[in-house]
Amino acid sequence: MRLIHHAFVATFLAFAGIGGAMADITVGAVLSLTGPAASLGIPEQKTLQLLPKEIAGQKIRYVVLDDRSDPTEAVKDAKQLIESDKVSAIIGASITPSALAMLDVVGTAKVPTITLASGYNVAFPVSGNREWVFMPVQTTALMARATVQYMAAQGVRKVAFIGFDNALGEDWWKNFSAEARASKIDIVADERFAPNATAVTGQVLHIIASQPDAVLIAASGTPAVLPEKTLRQIGFKGRIYQTHGVANPDFLRVCGDACDGTLLSLSPGIVAAQLPEGSEIKQSAMRFAQTYEKAYGPNSLNQFSTAAWDAGLFLEYAIPKALKMASPDDLVGFRKALQQALAGIRNLPGSQGVYNMSATNHNGLDERAVAIAEIQKGGWKLLKYPN
Amino acid sequence: MTFDIALYLGQNGVTLAAIYGLLAFALVLVFAVTRVIFIPQGEIMTFGALSLVAMRAGHPPLLVWLLVGLGIVAWFQDGLAILRTGRKRRLLHAGAINLGAPLLLLLLVYSLPLPTMAYSQQIAIVLAMCAVFGPLLYRVVYAPAAKASVLTLLLLSVALHIALNSLGLLLFGPEGSQLPAFTDGSFQLGGMPVSLQSLWIIGSSIILLAALFLFFRFSLYGKALRATAVNRTGAQLMGISPVFAGRAAFLLAGIVGAWSGILIATTTVIDYEAGFVIGLKGFVAAIIGGLASYPTAAAGALLVGLTESFASFWASAYKDVIVFLLIIPVLLWRSMASGQHDEEES
Repeated sequence: MRLIHHAFVATFLAFAGIGGAMADITVGAVLSLTGPAASLGIPEQKTLQLLPKEIAGQKIRYVVLDDRSDPTEAVKDAKQLIESDKVSAIIGASITPSALAMLDVVGTAKVPTITLASGYNVAFPVSGNREWVFMPVQTTALMARATVQYMAAQGVRKVAFIGFDNALGEDWWKNFSAEARASKIDIVADERFAPNATAVTGQVLHIIASQPDAVLIAASGTPAVLPEKTLRQIGFKGRIYQTHGVANPDFLRVCGDACDGTLLSLSPGIVAAQLPEGSEIKQSAMRFAQTYEKAYGPNSLNQFSTAAWDAGLFLEYAIPKALKMASPDDLVGFRKALQQALAGIRNLPGSQGVYNMSATNHNGLDERAVAIAEIQKGGWKLLKYPN
Repeated sequence: MTFDIALYLGQNGVTLAAIYGLLAFALVLVFAVTRVIFIPQGEIMTFGALSLVAMRAGHPPLLVWLLVGLGIVAWFQDGLAILRTGRKRRLLHAGAINLGAPLLLLLLVYSLPLPTMAYSQQIAIVLAMCAVFGPLLYRVVYAPAAKASVLTLLLLSVALHIALNSLGLLLFGPEGSQLPAFTDGSFQLGGMPVSLQSLWIIGSSIILLAALFLFFRFSLYGKALRATAVNRTGAQLMGISPVFAGRAAFLLAGIVGAWSGILIATTTVIDYEAGFVIGLKGFVAAIIGGLASYPTAAAGALLVGLTESFASFWASAYKDVIVFLLIIPVLLWRSMASGQHDEEES
């Protein structure tokens, strides 16, 4: 795997045209290119390849390291990027455990870091190490609220929950159950399944026995197909909700017709073409969608790419501002300037929402970062935006 | 819990058990003949299933290149041994043995119109690939250390598992996939819909296990394998080559592994690293059989499948915990029942 990751690095160096002017800006990335989270890291890495190679006349050099979905590796990678690659900023990590593990390293070295992980504690509360962390990803709370509100509007009174038996499932359970209580929706079943489960018949029978109006499947990627198919096989007639964790083409490929009619809250960037013309993010979302689809083919948009793309937008926004305050040759000063520029982001439309950073919020997304969509004929059909 | 639900869970448990049973069989066979605890059985499963997925999607199954690579390494290993004896003419012969089948498969895979072929023919090609895969793994990884301790062989298995896991990501990508059922549809049995696919799974497993039983009982090769399992040195004195026995055991493990992988991919989503946990459950079943008895391992598989199914109903968050906890009382009971024994024997 080391070999592959060197190959990736080599590709990036080639892309970035190594050997340019001395004062290049180096941006490091820690992504999960192998291991269980590879299906996150790989589309993110594909997106980074599309990011600008030059910003405000400065060559940008990208160095991508693989953390093998392992927090220990992520820490090592971050140290390597900071100490030997002299990066001005870091993008990553892909997953919450890695991002949390890196906090100490990037905070101590004072390197602005744009995380792609969705864990709330990666970026909140903004103090200490977290002052250096920015998060262009919808929090689970935001997505859960949108999902619950849509459920309530659809007249759902009793809902069953089935989620991964890991941190992702737990995070969703916490947020979703709180939101559901607030909206007076009864949760009649709470079930868990392993990402690599061979069957979920037991859980599904339990759910059906509790007679819910709708079921929420809180999982990510292709493993989320299993509960959906099993529910339909055993004869569940109500609505099935998924989360934005499944907003990638592979989920559609594996689930096929079985997932028609599934509802989910997702990043509006994935349905860029269907967004209303007047919306603030139409233009920025279309720019992402067109660039990405041109490089990787139609219907290749996915949740993880939108976040990585917006990480690139952050840099495009902040680097020109930072250059006015410090030269990239003065690494410490430039990192600080970059951090201030990032913290100063106001009304920046990205591929998946409008960003407004503040002293207490380095995520900056609001309900304009959530679209409600339905799966129809193997594609995403926008139902409601802004939510 | 109503009777209906129990029936459903029972059916689901038996379907799972059929797959775990196949895995347990392969693990017991490989351990009995070669003393290898074959952790990568799970990878053979996923490689088989994902190769079939790739074929059906119109991509050449890259597994075949791995086979060619392994064949070259095996030839190299044989070549070194041959050069030491000085009989250079045998080099070509060794090349044909090690590389013949992989190259033939390579030719087949790239010349046949794979995506348009019948499902059964595609499956046959996958089974053939895994039938070559197993023995090559044995030749390259285990045969050079055939006389080492069980612990060394176990560590080799762990290393091979990690290597194959990474290769799996490279060959098949990170995303999961599913295979279509052999036959769509279902019928009513006692008021419960039974899918035809679960009949396929249970039926084919029983037939395969029965065929293997007959093979071991009545055929000369089967008897040779059993003899090696009972006493390696004794069998060698009777003219049964342990290398041959090892290759034969891995050949069967390869075919059974690929078949179980294809079966499970028709019921669930399989990605490149799904094999490990499924393989471990087969391993629990094999342990219940003491890594020696096929019928007890089959019973163990039934226990694992049913436990998993019912546990997923009552306490889904702890399902895997409950399944793997089974192994503790079993180990206690087995070690008390069998008393002292030397692990290097058998």
